[in-house]
Amino acid sequence: MLSRRDILKATGMGAIAASLPAVSFARANTNSRFVLVILRGAADGLAIAAPYGDANYSKLRGELALPSPDNGGGLFKLDGMFGLHPSLSGVFEEYGKERALIVHAVASPYRERSHFDGQDVLENGAANVGALRDGWLNRAIAPLGGSLGSEVAIAMAQNTPLVLRGDHSVTSWAPSRLPDADDSTLRRLEAMYAEDEFFAARLAQALKSQEIAEGQAGLDQTKSRGNDAQQMRTMMQATARFLIAADGPRIAVLEAGGWDTHANQGATTGALANRLSGLDTGLMALRDALGNAWSQTVVAVVTEFGRTAAVNGTRGTDHGTASVALLLGGAVNGGRVVADWPGLDKSDLYQGRDLKPTADIRSLFKAVLSEHLSVADSFLNRTVFPDSGAAAPMRDLLRG
Amino acid sequence: MRTDAAIAANRFGLGARPADLQKVDRNPQAWLLDQLQGPSRQPGELRSLPDTADVLVEMQDLRRERRDMRNATEAALAPDIVKAYGRTIRRHYLDQSEARYRLAARSDYPFFERLVHFWSNHFAVSADKQPMPALAGLYENEAIRPNVTANFADLLIACEQHPAMILYLDNQRSVGPGSRLGRRANRARREREVGLNENLAREILELHTLGVHGGYTQGDVTTFAKVITGWSIGGAGENARFAEGEPGHFEFRDAIHEPGAHEVLGQHYPQKGIAQGEAVLRDLAAHPSTARCIATKLARHFVADEPPQALIDELTASYLESGGELTSVYETLVGAKAAWAAPLSKYKTPHDFVISTFRAFDHVPDSTRFVVGALDLMGQTPFRPGSPAGWPDTADHWGGADALYKRIEWSNTVSRVVGSRINPVELGDAVLGPTLSAESRKAVSRAESNVQGMTLLLASPDFQRR
Repeated sequence: MLSRRDILKATGMGAIAASLPAVSFARANTNSRFVLVILRGAADGLAIAAPYGDANYSKLRGELALPSPDNGGGLFKLDGMFGLHPSLSGVFEEYGKERALIVHAVASPYRERSHFDGQDVLENGAANVGALRDGWLNRAIAPLGGSLGSEVAIAMAQNTPLVLRGDHSVTSWAPSRLPDADDSTLRRLEAMYAEDEFFAARLAQALKSQEIAEGQAGLDQTKSRGNDAQQMRTMMQATARFLIAADGPRIAVLEAGGWDTHANQGATTGALANRLSGLDTGLMALRDALGNAWSQTVVAVVTEFGRTAAVNGTRGTDHGTASVALLLGGAVNGGRVVADWPGLDKSDLYQGRDLKPTADIRSLFKAVLSEHLSVADSFLNRTVFPDSGAAAPMRDLLRG
Repeated sequence: MRTDAAIAANRFGLGARPADLQKVDRNPQAWLLDQLQGPSRQPGELRSLPDTADVLVEMQDLRRERRDMRNATEAALAPDIVKAYGRTIRRHYLDQSEARYRLAARSDYPFFERLVHFWSNHFAVSADKQPMPALAGLYENEAIRPNVTANFADLLIACEQHPAMILYLDNQRSVGPGSRLGRRANRARREREVGLNENLAREILELHTLGVHGGYTQGDVTTFAKVITGWSIGGAGENARFAEGEPGHFEFRDAIHEPGAHEVLGQHYPQKGIAQGEAVLRDLAAHPSTARCIATKLARHFVADEPPQALIDELTASYLESGGELTSVYETLVGAKAAWAAPLSKYKTPHDFVISTFRAFDHVPDSTRFVVGALDLMGQTPFRPGSPAGWPDTADHWGGADALYKRIEWSNTVSRVVGSRINPVELGDAVLGPTLSAESRKAVSRAESNVQGMTLLLASPDFQRR
């Protein structure tokens, strides 16, 4: 049986890809890799990087408060104020190597408490819900080149999340358990789709992704099921394969759900701890599978908003405002917590209930796009994040 | 054969079976409206399913057994109890999925079924939170199905009072701080206040009725959460603090209900007990923002990702004039020219696509795992949208490259495993009528085998749209 690579050759797809103008990513301006991980459901920043040094923290959090770093099994000490959740041992290891950085009290411009609108703003890059119908990362990749068959960005999901949707061609991939359609059928589909741009473009992208996924040994595609950690590991390993393929994408977006911890959130163990442990396993699998490319990588882990400062009546937390963002990778100037800490006194809280945002998440994205992917500042302000003049790029997040 | 017949069967229905279009062609609009009465008796697929209360009691017994064992031995849980719990949940989930997709594959009321699925998605309880996998299908049949042609207010109340919704959005945990039990508990245990959980109140306002820009504030969310404290489930809960009420059924618990009159959206609600929350829900149902929200969602589902404004206006007016009578709104929709103007304007969701393949093959699937697995791969695991917002309804969500590839793989697999005795070109004409394009028809007719021809038909742009 022919491999997908043979099919691409047989159908002329390979030849088409090879004859494209000089816009494939390998010839673009960077070998930098960028991975965006979206935690959907509002991940609790006050548990991920707990402000144990703030006297109000343990009062507000009650039984959800994590033990300070001096107590065994408690937080990993980041500095005199913040500790990392005990489930994030891999991230802490990278922090020790100055390759992980935590930005605290950060939020998108969105100030209401709907997940769906919050995610819309996080991903559309505008100041308001629905203000733009495409995603900021899609707009940002326009100057990076890439084209049909050699896309610079990939959604590691069956369906492309908003942040990557837009005019610019991106691809997507997820593990499969169905048998392949044979090459004759695929060739006929290409012909049948020729007059229908929507279908033609997507099939071309899919065939290209199949080629990369199958061209790499060791990825067990049947393992798309399993627990959080296994799934995260599988997805991250696959992500790494795409990012290190010679003509593969250089930007990937992953999503993880299950962060909406209204009830029984847990502390050092429990629901949130399990989610974080899965995330940590995934991030370390990505690091290991990227090998040398890790040194050229930035991973950003973000969420739509944070959770209430106080524990609620059901041992959980409700929708809040500011949260944390993690930056990870060899290109990160890490080993620090970046925070203009607003404090947790009742009068310091946003609307008396949430951690107050003192940083704009667009400032973080701008810094990564500008310093790591060399996207011009004027383009960032005009097109990628319109109306974001007040949100200047954060400085010194990355290694010079 | 008119294009309208194909639109009726494929856009409004769940996809034509080979003999359907001939029948529909006589009067496509009447064919749709006649279905609104629904089947005269409960479909056989649903009759063997348990009630929500049975399942909740069963799950509770298993949990109790598990807890007793933990207390007795203080050792790790006996693995068979853990397994039994997971197995029981999984069995219910598969039974309910099987009933849903078997019924969809063979129903003579496909417009009615589509409306059931539409509302089940509007009032979503997602099977990624325990024990929703064991309840989501029952909820659809108990709260949604009987009310699909009722007044919206009745549908709304049935959903918000169903135990699955109460559990999904944590309302059984929400305690009025000024309620009898709330005050007592907070006096006794200073370290952890019991209190409100805003989850259900927020999603009712944001997702079920007004819509996110429908004109409510954080204050309305909190007050409305107080109004519906006490909306709970009967029988002993996990902590066995209350035991009143019929186990597994909706139960109003006055002991945790926040007393007093409340103001929501500027309206004063002096009622006591459960009547207070119901009064708020009825007012929400009658609100113009709700009318517009429902009208927009229906137009988007049936006509186009960006539906014509005139159609939204027409549906909104129909909703408001009829006082939320859903049948009037459906009649307006079916009667609207815009709904028939452009065929194939919607990209099918995986759910639509899989059901329509079975209908095209006139085949009722007997392996649920096959269906569940396929939908899982295409990104639409049954009853599991992942959030109370339900599944998105636009092509920009479903139109990923990988998703299309999975559809092709599924087309190939189902054509091999199931297939049809009808030759693929005739089958294409039979189920798509004039909406089968010349290009697709040619590609199908030149296929090297029947299986390949059917694969091409199912994967064709014309079959992938509705």
